[in-house]
Amino acid sequence: MASATETQTAVAQAAEHGANAGGGLAIDPMHQFKVHSLLDLKIGGLDMSFTNASLWMVITVAVVSLVLLLGSNKMVPGRLQSVGELAYEFVSGMMRDVLGDTGRAFFPLIFTLFMFVLGANMLGMVPYSFTVTSHIIVTFGLAAAIFIGATVVGFAKHGLHYLKLFVPSGVPSVLLPLLVVIEVISYFTRPISLSVRLFANMMAGHTMLKVFAGFVVAMGFLGGWAPLAMMVALTGLEILVAFLQAYVFAVLTCIYLNDAINMH
Amino acid sequence: MEAEAAKLIGAGLAAIALAGAGVGIGTIFGNYLAGALRNPAAAQSQFPNLLLGFALAEATGLFGLVVALIILFVF
Repeated sequence: MASATETQTAVAQAAEHGANAGGGLAIDPMHQFKVHSLLDLKIGGLDMSFTNASLWMVITVAVVSLVLLLGSNKMVPGRLQSVGELAYEFVSGMMRDVLGDTGRAFFPLIFTLFMFVLGANMLGMVPYSFTVTSHIIVTFGLAAAIFIGATVVGFAKHGLHYLKLFVPSGVPSVLLPLLVVIEVISYFTRPISLSVRLFANMMAGHTMLKVFAGFVVAMGFLGGWAPLAMMVALTGLEILVAFLQAYVFAVLTCIYLNDAINMH
Repeated sequence: MEAEAAKLIGAGLAAIALAGAGVGIGTIFGNYLAGALRNPAAAQSQFPNLLLGFALAEATGLFGLVVALIILFVF
């Protein structure tokens, strides 16, 4: 009974927190997303400071590059080389399924994207680290680049025929104006949905972990075991989501590129 | 009504969108299991599609959560 009341207090505190947007209480689930400058640098009116987000992007690239570069290229692979080969095989197989053989030229792009998002998501699971992909500006930057890139590829390959993408075939002409509008809207919301999906998943997951961690503290040494066990399970789930979202990001990029190269 | 109270109620209402994500994820996994039990040989090849569907359905609900968080923290 006592622990139930404490949980309610914790929930109330968490809710209060939401309202105050981090007023300085013990548990602030949003604090982990704060970007602060590590190295001030202002060029003109532009704030180019080296922030903790930049630092973690550098760390992500460094870790991924080290894992891929440090692996030897022996006939019988060691552990590190196996990781690299596994990642290569995985992305390559996924591309073959979605994009077919025509899109092999885009393998470096997809592989880099996948490894960067996966690395950022996984490094975000390390306690006290910073999740780069939990910021909409990072994911939207990636998604906008992919969207513009895919559109340019489409126009370069098909010319103005690329606009046929918006006109579904075999549709009665009465419905056509409506469907074209819907197709155009769905095309232009692609970068938004692609970026918000990744950002929302990472942010919601990390906020949830932090709220549950608050319950562990609030329920004390005796009552905290149940939420702690839950935390372990949730961390497992979050690691799965971190991988899954990187995979989905890469697959959807492939699907958009497939639209551009093969026109469906 | 106080603006603060309306904000909290609005955020709560926006979070209802996650119910749809729950239904969607349940449908995807349920149908996958049903299909996998009928034809276990084909199940393995459809596993990536299962994960893709799971992620897409979950993300749709999370859009609602983002709306809730925007109401709470931005306004």
